[in-house]
Amino acid sequence: MADTAHLIEEDDRKFTLNFGPQHPAAHGVLRMIMDLDGEVVTRIDSHIGLLHRGTEKLLEYKTYLQGLPYFDRLDYCSPMNQEHAWCLAIEKMLGVEVPRRASLIRVMFSEIGRIMSHILNVTTQAMDCGALTPITWGFEEREKLCVFYERASGSRMHAAYFRPGGVHQDLPQRLIDDIAAWCEQFPEKMARIEDLITENRIFKQRNVDIGVVDQRTIMDWGFSGVMVRGTGLAWDLRRSQPYECYSELDFKVPVGKHGDNYDRYVCRMEEMKESTKIIQQCIALMVKEGPGPVLLAGSKLSPPRRAEMKNSMEALIHHFKLYTEGFHVPAGECYAAIEAPKGEFGVYLVADGTNRPYRAKIRAPGYPHLQAMDHLSKGHMLADVSAILGSLDIVFGEVDR
Amino acid sequence: MANMNTENLVDLAAHIEARMPDAVRSTQIIVGELTVLAEREHILPLLRFLRDDQQCNFETLIDICGVDYPERNERFEVVYHLLSMRMNHRVRVRIRADEETAVASSVAIWPAANWFEREAFDMYGIQFSEHPDLRRILTDYGFEGFPLRKDFPLTGHYEVRYDDLEKRVIYEPVKLVQEYRNFDFLSPWEGMTSEIPGDEKAGGGA
Repeated sequence: MADTAHLIEEDDRKFTLNFGPQHPAAHGVLRMIMDLDGEVVTRIDSHIGLLHRGTEKLLEYKTYLQGLPYFDRLDYCSPMNQEHAWCLAIEKMLGVEVPRRASLIRVMFSEIGRIMSHILNVTTQAMDCGALTPITWGFEEREKLCVFYERASGSRMHAAYFRPGGVHQDLPQRLIDDIAAWCEQFPEKMARIEDLITENRIFKQRNVDIGVVDQRTIMDWGFSGVMVRGTGLAWDLRRSQPYECYSELDFKVPVGKHGDNYDRYVCRMEEMKESTKIIQQCIALMVKEGPGPVLLAGSKLSPPRRAEMKNSMEALIHHFKLYTEGFHVPAGECYAAIEAPKGEFGVYLVADGTNRPYRAKIRAPGYPHLQAMDHLSKGHMLADVSAILGSLDIVFGEVDR
Repeated sequence: MANMNTENLVDLAAHIEARMPDAVRSTQIIVGELTVLAEREHILPLLRFLRDDQQCNFETLIDICGVDYPERNERFEVVYHLLSMRMNHRVRVRIRADEETAVASSVAIWPAANWFEREAFDMYGIQFSEHPDLRRILTDYGFEGFPLRKDFPLTGHYEVRYDDLEKRVIYEPVKLVQEYRNFDFLSPWEGMTSEIPGDEKAGGGA
């Protein structure tokens, strides 16, 4: 290269490339204007918002309960985790605590969501780097998890299962048994996928020392989740600011060393193993503690039982009022955050005492991560851009909102 | 958050108020969350202090967003959420803003503020001075208006479709078959407060 550099006009090497909005490695609809110097990226200008649906505006016009299903449609790789943040924000404002069994079910499905999201991310990132098999193996397991979603809520993706005050319905024992059986066989399937990727020469060439994140970058660019843990900082909201019953569960927080794409991949794989353990612990606790209410009984948050409605006028009125007017949340503001698979997912809720939120701001982890794309890709080769993008774990449902 | 006990937050609030008396109007702790109500003119020194002070150490910018209160003189609020991973605590900073006066941009403190401020500008029209690149971010190319303002209709002003005859995407004013139905649930159920004709007979009869 050095020998011929004097022969080429400097400007001939510089050009601008349009990436997306339709590109398989964009993981959705992302348009990036990339300035290149030869094959080296000098600047990236990301154009987002192509999937903007005005979720925050819509939330202001819906009751708290009607707003809930919009959260499934944010990060559609792990829908229930998003609902969780919304429910926690409302519960914080109302000052209510969910029943024990509901808490266990929530944690269990949050971890199922985490595995769903990580399977999708790890295998599609492998595909971005040229490996076609992992995605077929990973999605077989993911599909089973989707079926668990469906058996609990009636929907494979857009569950609307977590409700303020608990979860919508109790789980049948057979479903719990099937999830337990799934947990038994999952580590073996994981090991097979790891066999394909972890020591793979091409995957390592594409990911080791690519997209390195240091601790300064984390603080400057507002990173969270695996992006933080990949560098060795053991920051996990489940551990450091525990919600639900995470404080009594036994799990490890896997951390990386170098903060590159490869470490983040390894972190995600380890997190899936930890999530499997958490699910097993939740099932054990559920079996030990026996059945119980899953929604706050006798409160304004939960609908009355069908049988009650046949005999009690008050119950009928309450049912009607709950599903038309909805419950009222006292005036005030709060911020509730959860450790979503992609990082810190938060909801900033401003209530004015009516049945609808005055303002609901959704803090999506992917938003600051994608913002740092320019910072992370500068000086990398064009081919690394898709590897870095895959490793950031971007989903446009939550970035664009 | 459950583990941030209120005592620590009271201490922290007192510390911030003592060290930045000009910038802080008041502090409050509600549902275990510390909120600092600040002066717009002093927002940058305050944010820098919150980041660099050893006791605060809010190194991570979690979020910046706008809130609209059309009935106020200064109709907007800009809300900053900060997090300290080392001290494991959070803070919220709120300032007032209006349509004309610009808020100082915090991009120099956190590069992450860039997109958050662009979003606040896009959604509310809040101006940020010294921002390197204050463009719209989430809305369509060529979008007009500020969608999250309370006076912006939920349905928007324009709708988009692909016209098969012209072979291109065209923009048209929104035509609704049925007006968006906005139910008012805040009426008599909770007990009426307003007077209706005939009320005077019941009260002053005797």
